[in-house]
Amino acid sequence: MSDNGCGFPAPGLHSFLFEPIATVGGFEFNKVMLLALITTLLVITFFWAAFGKAKVVPGKLQMVGEAGYDFVRRGIVYETLGKKEGEKYVPLMVSLFFFIWIMNVWSVIPLAQFPVSSIIAYPIVLAAVVYIVWMSLTFKKHGFVGGFKNLTGYDKSLGAVLPLVVVIEFFSNVLVRPFTHAVRLFANMFAGHLMLVMFTVASWYLLNSWMIPAAGVSFVMTIIMILFELFVQAVQAYVFVLLACSYIQGALAEHH
Amino acid sequence: MIANLVQLASEGEEQNPLIPPGPELLVGTIAFAIVFFVFWKKLLPNINKVLEERRAAIEGGIEEAEAMKVEAQSVLEQYKAQLAEARHEAARLRQEAQEQGAALIAEMRAEGQRQREEIVAAGHSQIEADRKAASSALRQDVGKLATELAGKLVGESLEDHARQSRVIDRFLDELEEKAEATR
Repeated sequence: MSDNGCGFPAPGLHSFLFEPIATVGGFEFNKVMLLALITTLLVITFFWAAFGKAKVVPGKLQMVGEAGYDFVRRGIVYETLGKKEGEKYVPLMVSLFFFIWIMNVWSVIPLAQFPVSSIIAYPIVLAAVVYIVWMSLTFKKHGFVGGFKNLTGYDKSLGAVLPLVVVIEFFSNVLVRPFTHAVRLFANMFAGHLMLVMFTVASWYLLNSWMIPAAGVSFVMTIIMILFELFVQAVQAYVFVLLACSYIQGALAEHH
Repeated sequence: MIANLVQLASEGEEQNPLIPPGPELLVGTIAFAIVFFVFWKKLLPNINKVLEERRAAIEGGIEEAEAMKVEAQSVLEQYKAQLAEARHEAARLRQEAQEQGAALIAEMRAEGQRQREEIVAAGHSQIEADRKAASSALRQDVGKLATELAGKLVGESLEDHARQSRVIDRFLDELEEKAEATR
């Protein structure tokens, strides 16, 4: 990819490969794993500081924490599932949201500068958790046959196209849905990281003689992309949780 | 784009970004599991309890304020009623005083009128009596004087009373008639 002679170190898949920083008993521990664990530490530390000794009259930190908590609880879970049904899933959704968000935010944090969620393994784990939750809910609520009817949008009034609909719906809901759920987050972060790396590297690479204005443009683009990424990171965390809620809602819904 | 990436990945020896490396899956699971359990078991119950307490406190405060408002309202109404009653009473008293005053004045006026009339009547009767007394006295004196005068003139004493008085009376009547005629 980078052997076209100009020597521009174009970002590519290799930007997502990390040499292990430590090897413990054959287990290669790399930078992304470290970031994932720091994410856990950060989220828990912040919310422990905010909610650990929660008071009726909140301090500043607790207020910020409550705003975040309320955003997910009221803004996402109650909105989609309702207060009564949704209450059970609030812990899952709150931890999903903040875990994903912080994993994404690493993209623009100096030194880290890598979104953990652009490694497909992390979105897959989270999508799998959600998948297991709503699939088991479906069968628990509707029974085995009813569960399948729910998953396939089974409706006798469709008549002749019913088999087609059942096949498509089954394919779309049971097989494609978890895949898109994970890949949506992954691909957004992946592409965002590529863009950031490209503009950052380019503004350095173009920094010679007559190319300097182009380097300036590239640098401005880096700043813009960072701001845009900050937005996308939050939106993707939001979308992931919103979809999780809507899957659960679909599982709980009565099929018509 | 994904197809492109897959193609790219399968061409070279490079990794396929869509195939998750095993260790990453493990780390991801552990990292998320820790976050989830801490939230589920500790932090969210904690904050929910506090939010519930706050809600209760706020609702309690609102209820208290509501009760106080109702009480204030009733006290205000009570005061208003009392004030209206007092105003009414004051107006009644004023009216009464006015009526009493008017009655008193009328009474006094009547009394004054009566006394005045009494005094005037008394004056009139006094005058009448005086006049009568004066008139009779004058009549006698005039009669006596005239008799004496006439006696002196005719040279005889007109001792006969009956005749005397008749003559005098006639004379006086004539005088009065003259006086009437000249008036």
